[in-house]
Amino acid sequence: MAGGTRITETTQYLTFMLHKEVFAVDISKIREVLEFTSVTKVPRTPQFMCGVINLRGSVVPVVDMRLKFNLEASEKTVNTCIIIVEITHDDGEVTVMGALADSVQEVMELEPSQIEDPPKIGTRLRSDFLMGVGKHNDRFIMLLDIDRIFSPEELSTIQAAA
Amino acid sequence: MSVEIDTSAFTEEAYELLSELEDSLLELEESPGDQELIGRVFRAMHTIKGSGAMFGFDAVAEFTHEVETVFDMARNGTISVTKELINLTLAARDQIRAILDAAGGGSPANEENAQRIIAGLRGLVPGAGGGAAGGAAAAKGKGKKPVVEAGPHSYRIRVKPHADIFANGTNPILLLNELREMGESRIIALTDDLPDIGALDPEQCYLSWEVFLTTEKDENAIQDVFIFVDDECDVNVRLLDREENLSTDAEPKKLGQILVERGDIDQEDLEEALQPLGDRLVDAGVVGKDQIRAALTEQQLVQEKREKKKKAEAATSVRVPSDKLDNLVDLVGELVTVQARLNQTSASVGDHDLQLISEEVERLTAELRDNTMSIRMLAIGTTFNKFKRLVRDLSLELGKKIEMTTEGAETELDKTVIDQLNDPLVHIIRNSIDHGVENPKDRLAAGKPEEGLIHLAAVHSGASVLISVADDGKGLDPQFLKRKAIEKGILPPDVELTDKEAYQLIFGAGFSTAEKITNVSGRGVGMDVVRKSIDALRGQIDVQSELGKGTTITLKLPLTLAIIEGLLVEIAHDFFVLPLAAVEECVELSRDRVANAHGRHVINVRDEIVPYIRIRDRFGIEGESPEIEQIVISEVDDKRVGFVVDRVIGQHQTVIKNLGKNFEHSEEFSGATILGDGTVALILDLQKMVRFVQHEEAEENSGGE
Repeated sequence: MAGGTRITETTQYLTFMLHKEVFAVDISKIREVLEFTSVTKVPRTPQFMCGVINLRGSVVPVVDMRLKFNLEASEKTVNTCIIIVEITHDDGEVTVMGALADSVQEVMELEPSQIEDPPKIGTRLRSDFLMGVGKHNDRFIMLLDIDRIFSPEELSTIQAAA
Repeated sequence: MSVEIDTSAFTEEAYELLSELEDSLLELEESPGDQELIGRVFRAMHTIKGSGAMFGFDAVAEFTHEVETVFDMARNGTISVTKELINLTLAARDQIRAILDAAGGGSPANEENAQRIIAGLRGLVPGAGGGAAGGAAAAKGKGKKPVVEAGPHSYRIRVKPHADIFANGTNPILLLNELREMGESRIIALTDDLPDIGALDPEQCYLSWEVFLTTEKDENAIQDVFIFVDDECDVNVRLLDREENLSTDAEPKKLGQILVERGDIDQEDLEEALQPLGDRLVDAGVVGKDQIRAALTEQQLVQEKREKKKKAEAATSVRVPSDKLDNLVDLVGELVTVQARLNQTSASVGDHDLQLISEEVERLTAELRDNTMSIRMLAIGTTFNKFKRLVRDLSLELGKKIEMTTEGAETELDKTVIDQLNDPLVHIIRNSIDHGVENPKDRLAAGKPEEGLIHLAAVHSGASVLISVADDGKGLDPQFLKRKAIEKGILPPDVELTDKEAYQLIFGAGFSTAEKITNVSGRGVGMDVVRKSIDALRGQIDVQSELGKGTTITLKLPLTLAIIEGLLVEIAHDFFVLPLAAVEECVELSRDRVANAHGRHVINVRDEIVPYIRIRDRFGIEGESPEIEQIVISEVDDKRVGFVVDRVIGQHQTVIKNLGKNFEHSEEFSGATILGDGTVALILDLQKMVRFVQHEEAEENSGGE
């Protein structure tokens, strides 16, 4: 399944930073970007589940992307933001989730020729989280498969209370 | 596209007519001679046929036509209403439904089945198949008992106490008061017999009364009021509102007519006095003033009742798709949230005018919320009616005789609750029929009437609704349940259980007491489903049973799922909401009290031992607890359990938001809500939390030994 959906069209991506690395998500998945607000922690959930926020009256879960990717946690800064994404589940249901990122960068266009299949090793990320690796100005951009990362199987593992 | 919309309107109407048809048929089974019911069945089918043909549902129209033809004969008395006819018509009703389902994309209807039903129906027709010809005469012989329309009736009651009634210490006022309590009443005193003051004997009764009573009760109940004064008092009760009096097209009765009918005057007197009526009648000494007054009141009453009936006919309902309603509820929920914010802000700003506005908005919001919620409320009666069919079919299948009675069909519940209540109730009723009520033979042997009874009742109780299913069957045997559970390894052999705990075993997954698996039950899934669905509705289940006498299963359900009254509490800087319905009291927990309890999590509340759960520890919330904590004592599964929090903030209108898929394993929370300052607070599911802790402690204890 990893990288199975080959990217064949020129697509726009939103890039953001996590631990000085550049990641990107297909822009059609993104609903909006929010400033960091107060997050209500839900007890007895994994560390990377930040909790829930109030998004204009609906309750939206937020995932700390650093912790999800096993990077070290960081202090919140003025640049810290929550990227609100729409996740399509296997059964076609769409849910709204938030992803906590260090900062957002820009919206860029990548052609299929600029994208390569994700390498099986060496990315420090599970390869099935990636849709591909983009090249832009001699930098690598990790293109994330956000539906996969935010699937219920990935997120709902319970942890016993500390 | 427009055709699509039209047919959906037809199918919706047809489904409704079908359920009406079913109800009428079941009623007809009980009183087969009732022409009005036969007419209702016929009309329902006729409408389905007519609009079916109009919207191009030819299969429906054709099939219904056949059924209708046979029923038309029943209507004009050619054939009688037999059990067979009802069975076939019920089957036909299911067939029509199947055809409709097929048209709506369901699996195709069984054509053979349709042929069989039609053949069976044709067999009932005298000329064609013979057989039932004899029945026709019998049906006619039964005659048509006049059906007294259900609903309130008006009566005229004449009360004329004997002169010496006071001598026995009877106070007629009490009797009149008793009548007055039965319904809407008007009482007129007839004082014509009063002598002049000089001739008056204070120990004699000179008065008589006419009471006009509109009541749900029947004539016997009225007669019962006078049961103890039967021979000291002349009482005459007459039903006023016969259908012809109330039918809206008839002219209201003239005063004279009424007087004649009442027997106060006869036709001749009336005609003689007809021109300037009232006074003349009195002058002529034919009737007393009071009688005229009474007759006038009677006239007025009948007129008023007619107007009421007209009004009831005019009050129409509007059909609205339920997702529009859901939207409205969502919006009101958001308004409630914003209103809480407005409240908080205006309180902190301290502007008097702003506060006034905020209070006004609060009042309006509360009213709007209640109104919106009431739109979503439906009477549970339709659900009850569905079960009549279930009971009928199942008891036939199992060879048992069972009557189902219902009570409180008008009790209103949130639509979503009703929708989700159907399955659990089906399971409970099936269970009662299969396991509860015995075979007619066994019942007779046990000295019970042959016919078993299942009673379905719904009643409001505070912010909840209690729905109970009671049978008079063999009841649950706690010892037997315990043995079964131990056999299956669900419980350790040396377990001690109260009867109540034993009854709860029937809700365990895979637990069945049936010796053999039947079509109906015995696979041990049913009651497990009941528990799950009732939990999902935040309800509670209570089982009461007496061996040999019967079982009652009571479901306690919240009125609505969208908004609840909550108790807002704080731990460290996190907010939580506890459902207020379960909360009983709050007590303080000081550090030395904890120290004195030797590490046990129990507290003595007015000489009662109450266990408590420290939410702070449970959720691994960091930080030091305050010197004095609060215990919120709640009733969970019939037991008192305390929940320790830092601070109790107060009551909170809680609009429940779903936590969504990602938290579906966080079972200790039933949802989240948004507070006045825009932050999110989690709603605790106390029941699940207590069960969780019980489970964990049981494991710890068994593991430690």
